[in-house]
Amino acid sequence: MSLTTAHSVVAPSANSKRIAGAIVVGYALVSIVPLLWIFATSFKTPPDSIAYPPKIVFQPSIEGYCNLFTTRTRQTPEYINSLGPATGFCDETVRKRNMVIAGPSNFLPRFVNSLIIAFGSTFCAVFLGTLSAYGFSRFKVPLADDLLFFILSTRMMPPIAVAIPIYLMYRELGLSDTALGMILLYTAVNVSLAVWLLKGFIDEIPREYEEAAMIDGYTRLQAFWRTVLPQATTGIAATAIFCLIFAWNEYAFAALLTSGTAQTAPPFIPTIIGEGGQDWPAVAAGTTIFLVPILVFTILLRKQLLRGITFGAVRK
Amino acid sequence: MLNRTADNVARATPEPLARRIRGISDKGLAWLFISPTILLLLAINIFPLFWAIYLSFTNYRANRPNEVVKNLGLANYRRILGDQDIWIAMQTTAHFVFWTILLQTVIGFTLAWLIDRKFRGHAFWTTIILVPMMLSPAVVGNFWRFLYEPQIGLFAYAVSFVTGIPPTNVQMLSNVELAPWAIIIVDTWMWTPYVMLICLAGLRSIPEYIYEAAEVDRASNWRQFWSITLPMALPFIMLAVLFRGIENFKMFDMVNLLTGGGPGSTTEVASITLKRQAFESWRTGYSSAFAIILFVAVFGLANIYVKALNKVKQR
Repeated sequence: MSLTTAHSVVAPSANSKRIAGAIVVGYALVSIVPLLWIFATSFKTPPDSIAYPPKIVFQPSIEGYCNLFTTRTRQTPEYINSLGPATGFCDETVRKRNMVIAGPSNFLPRFVNSLIIAFGSTFCAVFLGTLSAYGFSRFKVPLADDLLFFILSTRMMPPIAVAIPIYLMYRELGLSDTALGMILLYTAVNVSLAVWLLKGFIDEIPREYEEAAMIDGYTRLQAFWRTVLPQATTGIAATAIFCLIFAWNEYAFAALLTSGTAQTAPPFIPTIIGEGGQDWPAVAAGTTIFLVPILVFTILLRKQLLRGITFGAVRK
Repeated sequence: MLNRTADNVARATPEPLARRIRGISDKGLAWLFISPTILLLLAINIFPLFWAIYLSFTNYRANRPNEVVKNLGLANYRRILGDQDIWIAMQTTAHFVFWTILLQTVIGFTLAWLIDRKFRGHAFWTTIILVPMMLSPAVVGNFWRFLYEPQIGLFAYAVSFVTGIPPTNVQMLSNVELAPWAIIIVDTWMWTPYVMLICLAGLRSIPEYIYEAAEVDRASNWRQFWSITLPMALPFIMLAVLFRGIENFKMFDMVNLLTGGGPGSTTEVASITLKRQAFESWRTGYSSAFAIILFVAVFGLANIYVKALNKVKQR
């Protein structure tokens, strides 16, 4: 299912190829502009960020990043100077550039929350998903089709609809606004994807491998560990990336079920406020930092993307 | 590691235990493998779902947990079906779903069709096009709010640059006429790559020999497109429509951050109404009933659609 499989024998003419290329490149360039604009804004000063007409050439500044990470409250150059020698990178920048910072910011803890919750839930979802996918793939499970459909249907509910009873349940159990609660929730949402994707991958591994291993005296579990898992590594990795992207980007549950200690970055970034309005360079800086991991994954895994986004429903 | 441990256990322990470990029946193992997932889903999805169904028959309010809960029977459901605002929200949702799907399908399929020509550098540009769909809708929504700002935003500037309309008149988010389109534009920008990717898979799945046969028959390019390319790719296009339809029916993130349902209630989609009723007005019972109705609607529509999809596939 690679994106680069050779195909057209009926080769399109060179001219039509050139036109097709021009249109696609044009679309790609237009569609990437908002992202480049976010990136550029993250290096502007607040006045530059709201200048009209929009500034394409500007003196780069890291004020946005400083505002994003500062733990100080509303610092001015005079205030910084009164503190004695500069203690960090941000302090130095503030002194050199005469910046006014509207801190303190909670970005770092929110970002760490995102990391913990996204990776924690991904690990759990992939772990449970692998076991179940193997179970569905290799054993005669009563009502397997119904169970699989049930697993899939758990994704059809609008998140807000699920959020109401989950909110009540978590309040009873003391799980509201905790990382554990969010990990459990995201695991439950992701596990359906993981089971469906991994079942596809494991179905393609011939049963003969395990049968051979079992004839050699391995138990079913050992055969699973020795033969199936190593073969399924690529599939497991691809599944993990999809679970990670979902948990990383999720907003609705996070916005409704977390408010303080367990809040993740997506609901936090829009709330970054500076002097008299939204501090757009800081928001852009937060956005940029938040996007980097996903961009890296996208580029590394573009070939596996297809299978994931189609839920394994598109088969070769 | 596990296998070594199991080996050691098998070697070190007397025969009966080793036999017992080896002897877990396949049925037992299957249950062992599948049950954790099922239990988790029962706890986090099914139990809350039943709770929501129960609540939907009551007047419970989550912000007043000590009040006596009264059973209202079907009153909540009756009120929802008679509530003008809810019907307007459903219409708004349908409007969004229709336009986003139409635009995304047309643009996405066209792009896929062009990319399938394999011009130079197509893999690179495909990857660039894919980037928007990998982002967090919340972060995207928030940032587009900035791009849409009439005084300072890039979008207003670009529009006034091209059309000559003064940028202060490009009030994308506060104009009643334009606000829905502001959201449709962002959703299309973000999710067209998704539709494109599925269409690309469809186009790649068409076997070569069909085109070769058509060449032999001297079918024109148009003819080939209408009688081979489009029908063969149709199941994939329909699949993309299904996935986008389910997602956009639930659309929340982007609307919440771009307009919050405003101006007035022109962009208030079902999820926003649901959030207002559940987490602002705290009418938990009432909103649970609405949630159940929405779920049944998505589920029902998806099922009907899948049947149609299967028919197309079998052709």
